[in-house]
Amino acid sequence: MKYDVRKFELLSNEQIADGIFDMRVKNDELAPLAKCGQFAHVYVPSKTLRRPISVCDSKDGVLRLVYQIKGEGTKLMSEMKKGQSVDILAPLGNGFKIEKGKRYCLIGGGIGVPPMLYTAKQTKNPLVITGFRNKSLIILQEDFKEAGAELVLTTDDGSAGIHGFVTDILKERIGEFDEVCACGPAPMLKAVAAVCKENEKPCQVSLEERMACGIGACLVCAVKVRKNGEEIMQHVCKNGPVFNAEEVVF
Amino acid sequence: MADLSVKIAGVEFSNPLIAASGTFGFGREYSEFYPLNKLGGISCKGITLKRRDGNPPPRVAETPSGILNAVGLQNPGVDAFIKDDLPWLKEQKTVVIANIAGNTPEEYCKMAEKLSDTDVDMIEMNISCPNVKSGGVQFGTSCESVGAITDAVRRHCKKPLIVKLSPNVTDITEIAKAAESNGADAISMINTLTGMRIDINTRRPIIRNNTGGMSGPAVFPIAVRMVWQVSNAVNIPIIGMGGISTWQDAAEMLIAGASALQIGTVLFSDPYAPIKINEGLNRFLDENGLKSVSQLSGTIKPW
Repeated sequence: MKYDVRKFELLSNEQIADGIFDMRVKNDELAPLAKCGQFAHVYVPSKTLRRPISVCDSKDGVLRLVYQIKGEGTKLMSEMKKGQSVDILAPLGNGFKIEKGKRYCLIGGGIGVPPMLYTAKQTKNPLVITGFRNKSLIILQEDFKEAGAELVLTTDDGSAGIHGFVTDILKERIGEFDEVCACGPAPMLKAVAAVCKENEKPCQVSLEERMACGIGACLVCAVKVRKNGEEIMQHVCKNGPVFNAEEVVF
Repeated sequence: MADLSVKIAGVEFSNPLIAASGTFGFGREYSEFYPLNKLGGISCKGITLKRRDGNPPPRVAETPSGILNAVGLQNPGVDAFIKDDLPWLKEQKTVVIANIAGNTPEEYCKMAEKLSDTDVDMIEMNISCPNVKSGGVQFGTSCESVGAITDAVRRHCKKPLIVKLSPNVTDITEIAKAAESNGADAISMINTLTGMRIDINTRRPIIRNNTGGMSGPAVFPIAVRMVWQVSNAVNIPIIGMGGISTWQDAAEMLIAGASALQIGTVLFSDPYAPIKINEGLNRFLDENGLKSVSQLSGTIKPW
């Protein structure tokens, strides 16, 4: 059986930035299976749908899930307490494909930054470019440094780090890398994909869409992709969340 | 251990729980949780004559105790279903129900004909999809059109024919009678209720299709009421659905008059729900001294 649900023990659930929480949950069976770029489907009592949250890190049976309060479900998640059990279906989806010997540029925008941490840990000497709207939303900077990544911080309003977009940095330095991996809002991913295409660099993007089953049965989290010259609908949960940027019809 | 098996239009189900169309694909994904023979049957994702890509996303929104969806019948088409999915489904040792939707009566008939020459166990005619521009629910909202399309498909269909009803009508009992008198072998009900949610910041509907079909626990009391009304109006069996989430819900729907059940939305929070519901039903039957699940069907004692 490929999929399973388990009770995870909630170890901690702390606010790390404005409306952003860092949850650590332990389960020795499922947590070690998680690969970078995959996601966990978290059951929130009283809600009809699970919440898909990207895996920020996985170590010693502990999954780290960094999420932003976006609505009622994530609000309820933020109120979960240490010691309670959390019902999680994980790991799901296809993550980033990391090859040995390649140098990667990893880009995260906003709440798209967390999955890049676990990805950074699978790569050697990566450049990580993180972008946020403003300084109140900055997360995980120390974690990336501890992981040995070269780190660049940008903010849209210049309230911290470099005033500008992640693509400003990417354009300057793209020549140094073999491949780019990115997660963040769709306009950012579209811009990153365009820079990569112009410079003929392969690019993987992690997409987001409103989701239900999480395994590819209900077909709600559709994304249009181009395969063999034909546009078809695939699904973020099963075919993704990570896609080859060249195939995504943004 | 009570006997959970049920018989609908001559087809044997090992238990009354059928995966509802549109929530379960063609079964492959959920077979990665448990063997599909744990289910009485599978009503497959709705298929059309030609491949459909469905609606643009977002296709889902949460509601109090439920969801809205507007997938728009994304499917590979009837020929691809027969070639690529049906042979695998038939190996799963569960009842396979093909759910068909068309733009015209001719399309329904053509699909019924193609499927009649396969190993599909039953055909469920979806005249109640609220999420496509033409066809779908337009056939399901007047007695005349339900009667006409049931009659037409009946002539081309060699398999037991289930007609799936829309709740978005004034009097569902009249619609059910029209299906029965024109040759339906069973009724399945209810499809989703049309609903809507709007993002107050962008003032845009959350679902790209603007409106969607509502399902989940919120619609359960409506489904129970409608199943009860229809069971008093027709003699063919009813497959009850609409927000069933627990074994208590399942028992309630059976008591209201259903002979079998479909479950869908609950799978999204608990993929194992069908197994838990069957276990709970079994205990309930034992505790009440009932030897079979069919002894519970329609046992409501209305005031």
